[in-house]
Amino acid sequence: MWVYVARRLLAIPPLLLAVSFITYLLLYVAPGDYVTHLKENPAITEEALGELIRKYGLDGGFWTRYGHWLANAVTLDFGYSFKYDLPVFSLISERLSNTLLLSVTSMIAAWSLAIPLGVLAAVYQGTFIDKIAGFLAFFGLSIPRVFYALLAVLFAAKTGWFPTGGMRDQIEWDGFTPWERFKDVTHHLVLPVFVIATAEMASHMRQMRAQMLETLGRDFVRTARAKGLGFWTVVWKHAFGNAVNPLVTQFGYSLAALLTGSFLVEVVFSWPGMARLTVDAVFSQDEPLVMASVIMATVMLSVGNLIADLLLAAIDPRIRLE
Amino acid sequence: MSPAQIIWLKLRRNRTAMFGMVVLIGLYLGALFAGFLAPEHFATQHREHSWHPPQITQVHLWDDAGTFQGPFVYGTKRVHPSISEYEEDRSVVVPIDFFVRGDTYSFLGLFDSTLHVFGSADPKRPVFLLGSDQFGRDIYSRLLYGSQISLSVGIIGILISMSLGLLLGGVAGYFGGRIDFGLMRIIEVLLSIPSLYLILTLRQAFGQGLTSSQTYFMIVLVLAFVGWAANARVVRGMVLSLKENDYVTAAEALGVSRLRIITKHILPNTWSFAIVTATLYVPYYILSEVALSFLGVGIQEPDASWGNMLRDAQSVRNLTDYPWVLAPGFFIFLAAMAFNYLGDGLRDATDPRSKA
Repeated sequence: MWVYVARRLLAIPPLLLAVSFITYLLLYVAPGDYVTHLKENPAITEEALGELIRKYGLDGGFWTRYGHWLANAVTLDFGYSFKYDLPVFSLISERLSNTLLLSVTSMIAAWSLAIPLGVLAAVYQGTFIDKIAGFLAFFGLSIPRVFYALLAVLFAAKTGWFPTGGMRDQIEWDGFTPWERFKDVTHHLVLPVFVIATAEMASHMRQMRAQMLETLGRDFVRTARAKGLGFWTVVWKHAFGNAVNPLVTQFGYSLAALLTGSFLVEVVFSWPGMARLTVDAVFSQDEPLVMASVIMATVMLSVGNLIADLLLAAIDPRIRLE
Repeated sequence: MSPAQIIWLKLRRNRTAMFGMVVLIGLYLGALFAGFLAPEHFATQHREHSWHPPQITQVHLWDDAGTFQGPFVYGTKRVHPSISEYEEDRSVVVPIDFFVRGDTYSFLGLFDSTLHVFGSADPKRPVFLLGSDQFGRDIYSRLLYGSQISLSVGIIGILISMSLGLLLGGVAGYFGGRIDFGLMRIIEVLLSIPSLYLILTLRQAFGQGLTSSQTYFMIVLVLAFVGWAANARVVRGMVLSLKENDYVTAAEALGVSRLRIITKHILPNTWSFAIVTATLYVPYYILSEVALSFLGVGIQEPDASWGNMLRDAQSVRNLTDYPWVLAPGFFIFLAAMAFNYLGDGLRDATDPRSKA
């Protein structure tokens, strides 16, 4: 097991190397130059500019630049963002944690809705509950996230029950006690989480229902019932454990997929996360920022995939990792 | 019966799939004949009618006196000259005529025409079925023109990426060895970057200031480049098992060229996968175009696409005061849903285990 984990972890650095190379190449061939933007920025003095050029090898060709970037990136120095006037690393780490907050909350919400609903839909197959669940699944699968998020913003604006965007109250934030801050962020989280979770839940719920239906028809379930065990005992203790197995992999992959899934929702809700940052970076040709976002997103995706494989290995005794 | 006939028979009984197909035929016909169906050109502005509310529910046949007028709307005027708020002026009747002359458009690229299926009889008083935007452009017309871009990106994108995926996946699976190793590593790298991040970076490489046809071409290229990898991986897996078949060995023994074996003997076996996957993936391409244009790095004004039209909805004020800016969202929803229905139906129909 540990050998497998180590091998998988060792595979990540070469992958990141390849991704960074491709991304850097793409940015290098792109028209427009990062250095020109730096020179145009009045906030950066001649001296500081010289320092940046020297440190990041900005006066050299592709290989010099990429080499410098790589050497600095290994020490977690991703360069300097002229758009935000900040070192990229501190900028990214704050945005990344905001994105994680939104994504992880949404995922927890999605799965805690999907599993019970899927089980109920299977147990009450063909009834009203099943039909409602089917409709929800259909809705979540088909509705474009942008559109859904815009509808949610409209709802927030019309009712005034929720903020229409952002992550915290811009005016009052500094005077808030920790408890008030928590409440404020939660208040801002509700709608985006609702949008992502209800859309994300659809496919998980469908699969849970299908798995549960199949398991409920198996012999051991009938045997357990014939022995006189209560219906719900059989459902939860006997059937559920078997049915939920394939969903564990899906859980890991959904972790990885969330980054793309929540992208436009973040933009629509002006959530101060990776999405807005990346879009702005692309717009203003802030090369170091684009590089760092792509690398961070790739790291998150790889970690998600790794977790998925490990979870599956941990839960399914048929898979041996040697 | 040929396999295609069997699939058609199964598909025809699937109500939701047929519903999806009918919707799609409607949408694509709309895109094809956009110039004729739209009362106006997508760039025609009526600044004095900015943010005009939709009139589709305001179309009358009889006027207040009870006389039959044919379809018409009442004229509207601004409540205050500087505010985009309108009230009905019931003394003015604006008839909606059929087969009217209006803006010039190119009919299927064959010849120029000015004939429109319907339109306001008075050029100064246009009819806004689904409202107008901040420049007073007719949203209904822009939706039709926009569908030309949004819907065709999906089809062209999937055609390119599916052909690439089939060919490269086929080559990797059949030849194995170094080619396979190299291709699989490239695919792994491509798939390890979250797609929207990759799309945005690729988009960046093309720079700003493209003409509208360049932008369109760029979007298709970017999406196809991102999309082929996943298909190639699945096709490779299928080819790995297909190439063990006796008929492949027979073809090899007969001295058939390897490219011919791949294209004529192996790949045809993957066609049902290709069709089903293609149908289910079109929405992904449509939504990616919407995402790019919505973020402002795709189709640029004054050209219309469903994505850049939705940009108007990004301001909360527009959203609350002029909710009809959400109209493109409904069409994206409709198209995505129709493709999902049709794709699901095709999957069931191409499954040999399902009964006719």
